[in-house]
Amino acid sequence: MDDGGPLLFLIALAPFIGALLPGLMIRAGRTVCAISTAVPTVIALTMLMVLAPAVLRGEVIQAEVDWLPQLGLSASFFLDGLGLLFASMILGVGLLITLYARFYLSGEDPMGQFYTYLLLFQGAMLGIVISDNILLLLVFWELTSLSSFLLIGYWKHLPEGRQGARMALAVTGAGGLAMIGGMLILGNIAGSYNLTDILQAGDAIRSSEWYLPALILILLGAFTKSAQFPFHFWLPHAMAAPTPVSAYLHSATMVKAGVFLMARMWPVLSGTDAWFYIVATTGLVTMVLGALIALFKDDLKALLAFSTVSHLGLLTMLLGFGTQAAAVAAVFHIINHLTFKAALFMTAGIVDHETHTRDIKRLGGLRHLMPITFLIGTVAALSMAGIPLFNGFLSKEMMLEEASHTDWFSSPYAVPVMATIGALLSVAYSFRFVSHVFLGPVRDDYPHKPHDPPFGMWAAPALLVVLVIVIGVAPFLAEGIVTAAASAVTGADLHPHLKIWHGVTPALWMSVIAVVGGAVLLALHGPLDKIWAAAPRPEAKAIFDRLMAAIVALSRGITEIGHNGAISRYLAIFTAASVGLGWVAYASSGLSAPTRGLLPVEPVIAVGWIMLVVATVSVVVMHHHRFRALVLLGIIGLSISAGFAYLSAPDLALTQISVETVTIMLLLLALHFMPKLTPRESPTGLKFRDAVIALGAGGGVGALAYAFMMRDIETISDYHVANSYEGGGGTNVVNVILVDFRGYDTFGEIIVLGIAGLVIYALMHALLDGPAARRLKNTDFSQDRSRDRHPLMMVVVTRVLMPIALVVGLYIFLRGHNEPGGGFVAGLVVAIALLMQYMASGFAWTQERKRIEYHTMIGLGVVIAGLTGVGSWLSGSPFLTSAYTYVHLPPIEEFELATAMLFDLGVFLTVLGAVMLMLYSLSRIARFAGATVNEGPMDYDPGLKDEQEAER
Amino acid sequence: MHWIILPVVLPALLAPLIGFVMRHDITLARVASVAGTVLLVAVAIGLAVMAADGTTHVYRLGNWPAPFGIVLVLDRLSALMVLLTAVLAMIVLIHAIATGWDARGRHFHALFQFQLMGICGAFLTGDVFNLFVFFEVLLIASYGLMIHSGGKERVRAGLQYVVMNLAGSTLFLFALGTLYASTGTLNIADLAVRIPQIPADEAALVRVAAMLLMIVFAVKAALFPVQFWLPATYANAPAPVAALFAIMTKVGAYAILRVHTVVFGPGVPGTEDLAGAWLFPAAIVTIAIGAFGVLGARRLMPLIAFSVVGSMGTLLVAVAAFSVPATTAALYYLVHSTFAAACLFLIADLVLSRRSSDTLRPQTPTVQNGLFAALFFAAAIAMAGMPPLSGFLGKLLVLDALRAPGIIGWAWTAILAGSLLTIVGFVRAGSTLFWKSTALVTSEPDAADKTPAEVDAAQAPATAMQVAPAMVGLAMLAGLAIFAGPVAAYLEDTSTQLFDRAGYVNAVLSPAEER
Repeated sequence: MDDGGPLLFLIALAPFIGALLPGLMIRAGRTVCAISTAVPTVIALTMLMVLAPAVLRGEVIQAEVDWLPQLGLSASFFLDGLGLLFASMILGVGLLITLYARFYLSGEDPMGQFYTYLLLFQGAMLGIVISDNILLLLVFWELTSLSSFLLIGYWKHLPEGRQGARMALAVTGAGGLAMIGGMLILGNIAGSYNLTDILQAGDAIRSSEWYLPALILILLGAFTKSAQFPFHFWLPHAMAAPTPVSAYLHSATMVKAGVFLMARMWPVLSGTDAWFYIVATTGLVTMVLGALIALFKDDLKALLAFSTVSHLGLLTMLLGFGTQAAAVAAVFHIINHLTFKAALFMTAGIVDHETHTRDIKRLGGLRHLMPITFLIGTVAALSMAGIPLFNGFLSKEMMLEEASHTDWFSSPYAVPVMATIGALLSVAYSFRFVSHVFLGPVRDDYPHKPHDPPFGMWAAPALLVVLVIVIGVAPFLAEGIVTAAASAVTGADLHPHLKIWHGVTPALWMSVIAVVGGAVLLALHGPLDKIWAAAPRPEAKAIFDRLMAAIVALSRGITEIGHNGAISRYLAIFTAASVGLGWVAYASSGLSAPTRGLLPVEPVIAVGWIMLVVATVSVVVMHHHRFRALVLLGIIGLSISAGFAYLSAPDLALTQISVETVTIMLLLLALHFMPKLTPRESPTGLKFRDAVIALGAGGGVGALAYAFMMRDIETISDYHVANSYEGGGGTNVVNVILVDFRGYDTFGEIIVLGIAGLVIYALMHALLDGPAARRLKNTDFSQDRSRDRHPLMMVVVTRVLMPIALVVGLYIFLRGHNEPGGGFVAGLVVAIALLMQYMASGFAWTQERKRIEYHTMIGLGVVIAGLTGVGSWLSGSPFLTSAYTYVHLPPIEEFELATAMLFDLGVFLTVLGAVMLMLYSLSRIARFAGATVNEGPMDYDPGLKDEQEAER
Repeated sequence: MHWIILPVVLPALLAPLIGFVMRHDITLARVASVAGTVLLVAVAIGLAVMAADGTTHVYRLGNWPAPFGIVLVLDRLSALMVLLTAVLAMIVLIHAIATGWDARGRHFHALFQFQLMGICGAFLTGDVFNLFVFFEVLLIASYGLMIHSGGKERVRAGLQYVVMNLAGSTLFLFALGTLYASTGTLNIADLAVRIPQIPADEAALVRVAAMLLMIVFAVKAALFPVQFWLPATYANAPAPVAALFAIMTKVGAYAILRVHTVVFGPGVPGTEDLAGAWLFPAAIVTIAIGAFGVLGARRLMPLIAFSVVGSMGTLLVAVAAFSVPATTAALYYLVHSTFAAACLFLIADLVLSRRSSDTLRPQTPTVQNGLFAALFFAAAIAMAGMPPLSGFLGKLLVLDALRAPGIIGWAWTAILAGSLLTIVGFVRAGSTLFWKSTALVTSEPDAADKTPAEVDAAQAPATAMQVAPAMVGLAMLAGLAIFAGPVAAYLEDTSTQLFDRAGYVNAVLSPAEER
């Protein structure tokens, strides 16, 4: 049947689109807002009624649109008898609740929000019952959890509302997540996520080895949603929601989602022992336990909540029996429970609204003050008790009938006896609802003088109790929908006959026992209540709260132990992991045979090596003295430079030595602002741990280096050597690699340098604005200051060296392409020359004599390098393609001009600018810390001093 | 053909101009930065269109043939990552400008553009050493952004961030040295040719390199046991920067996907067993750490940061399977979690700039409590993987892809239980921040330690421009969910292309003169 397909989409979408309305229409008033909420519901309900006749004839209406085919998720809907039953309930009760809530909510409550949430919930719930794809069903399933969270927490200033909402979401959310697993397994077994396909694959599913995990996971979802023991505890706490929400979600619709799911999956999952024992037993326990607790609840809504738990248990148990007759009874009871329970909730809401209390102990005698409410409440309660001529009687009889011939672990009595006890308790609390609220003498201590509410408020429950009576008296009227739904549940063609009188059956006797026993129990309620109050029993909320607190504490423990901010620990873990995993990777394979032998160790090398080792060990020992450590670092750097030179890497040696120099100079300057000693932080145990890890890491790196130095390998650098002159125009292959073969890397690296300059500058500004600045200002740096900050000898020597250094820099820059050197080293050399001036004569003096801003120098450097790269686009070549030519100017020899040189200029400028900007930042800090500024090249003018002395 | 390098060159040239020429005028810098980012988005879209037909485009820098020079490689995956970066950058940039974050310290826009350059460069390169270079670029730029506008806690956290990542860089160098010493090349395609030729019993060095590289990338991706830096870094970074960092963890994930698939991946006798075997348990633990962190958080920013850790765990569990369906799921989740994390940070910024601290304790509600609550609710739903936003679909895709026996139990338990803890954590935080606050009727503002101007700013409602970026981010998540089918189809093509090692190698190493 494709005729109704598009309508199904509209039905599914109407509430979601409609959810936009109330939030806006509230601006036109509360009544308009309520009406605008009813509109999408009415539209959806009308379309549903259009489709209903076909469904009742046994047709199934389907509609499908692809959503995520890779996953097997499609937006497909179908409407069969079960879907029709639930959809009508959802929309019908939704309409009544909309009406009821209009009068229930007070002027202070944000009504637009309420109706928006309500419609969102309605859409989600509707989606569950008409989804033809179990993944889509999951989407809607989780949406009901979310929207009900919002509805329960609607009165967000009340702690009960917030806690109830959180608890509901935690429990139903957990179930939902379990169900995701179950559904994925189910779809995997069936080979499709489409419900219609899965319903055909019952045999394959039941015989699969994955059946039990799937069953348990799906049931977890259903049981949490439908508040089955031991997950029942969230439902009473969800009663903190406004009563319309309780009536809608927690009696009529959402809590039935679990029951719906079990009914939906009935043809696939039921019929096994596992199903029977898990589902029927859970249902039975829940039914009895819920009824027992309900009897002793003084809060009207709590009483109804536990009675709902009990009735959901009843439904679960019926589905668990796995027989067709039980399925019919379940479907019928779904309808009946909906009618009387929603009416009861609304009654409780009216009582609360009018008397300002829901405490049964403070009520009584209301029949005189609120006759209409009394009538409605009594009819509904009698139906709940299962008194003949009300619809509750019919389905309860069917339940007892089924229970009477069900064996449980080969015991024929367990189920009937328990079911009778459940029914008996149910009678007791139903009678209590009537007698303790409405009967008895009129009191004069109600918190608020009660009277019947306006028509709008009692209209909805009145309509429901009319249904209670109509179905109770003429049950055949419901046969059509029950037949359609039950056939859909069982997948068989059923023709049940619903009637009031079945003759004198065991069920009738059980009913009689229940009613009489219930009345007796109510009579004894007073003393029993005292015993109940005195008896110790687990309090679900307290357990849940303790559990939650424990999990949170555990989470905090795990999190805060690990993430305690100790960088040394993070590094230790990182290093240990690297060494350990590196070893694992290494040990699980082998090496090719070495192709090289060891070189002889010459005495000079041995001495250098020993120096390096001694210096390194000394750093470890003396690192608390920052200055000494720095000196030792200098030794290490120089040794390494010498090593490079020895191993025929002059370019590296040159670079290393200039980098060393600049770094040590800058560190020296920085050291001035730091404590002379580092704090001693690690106890001995930690030191030992760190030593082990460090030795492991060092040994690992050494072993690695040894392993690859012993082997020859063919590398791409052979190509670089071969093509350096021809393709790159230079004979220094290292430089050609830097500016040409891998100029892009160099481009990145100079940018790193440039950014470093920027970051230091930005950091310096941030620091000087913060608390660090106050500390700087208050630290006295003067006591260990040299009397001669700018010694004459140094000033003179650096002045003389300056031009020489500049020429050397230029020379190194120019020769770079063919001999060791290049822009990077040249930049460092010039930077060192300038650094010397600063050290000799102070920052301010030197600063006055500079021509170009350092920022600009960095920017210019990066831009020049970048534009050199972009320039090659003009000739149609990729970024950084080099070009070179030889030029002959008469007085000097023929020389080469290469674009690579322009690129190198960019490198030069960036390096120089970055170093200088770092120096600038340091000197800013120095001046902030109170260092004085000298105008001249030295602190004193030697000439002037002589004159002064002469005057004296 | 020069399009491919534009995502690097454009910000690389713009950033110095912003930093050095326009540094005295914030408006000028803003205009340039926005213009550059808009261009970047346009270029990224162009690249995605170029890559969409499945061709692997190669850009040979300096016109040197691969593997001797450096190459940039544009395929569906790199195009996707660049596009993601550009769109995210646009969202974050507008937020930073609208909230005035960019003016609270020096050089925000220059560093921002450099950061984009570093990220795009890492996604586009076809050379592992060049990848190192761009890791350095994005590390130093991100450090600058992270400590933007200073503050004791921030600078302290920044130090941890930079030290931890420098340690990672050092290890990167060791790994590259080992790799070069055992193969003689650094080009990814060339490595993909040479490493499979190494017999399985002589692969010790290559295995070490593969393992060390994975640790290096894991540091970036915040994977256990090297995730420690992330929570404090993200929690203390300026919120828009934290939002931008949502893509930084993905750089690590991307690098694992690229290198450990193409170079060391399935079908390579010496190394194929390594990555998956170690990545999987690490990712499982990461999910747990993230989930516990969310639930145990005492402050909002760390809470979000831990949710990022958890999402990285989920992402890498899928990556660890090294199969086309799982990678498709991972990529979907990657796109989703990037926007989800960014949205959360941006929304948190809107809220926290109107509260005196980010401690999860009730305070007098801020202005627009309802709006912020709704935004936070939506973003939290996305992050926790609840419908109707893309997180739920992403989670389903990941779960669906991880069905192999031996994996399924751990993966499903971790992901589903992790989701539950995350949901509960977010619910507790949200209900305290937005609901419990409304119960406080005190009109006493906790403004004792604030200047009048700050109090005014705290009470100012968010402007449309301030809210728009977060909303656009949420719209992305919604779009990702609605168009999940087409998106997943594209991502499936993407991962198929990623696993087509021969196609990649041929495109890069063939002397093809496509220019």
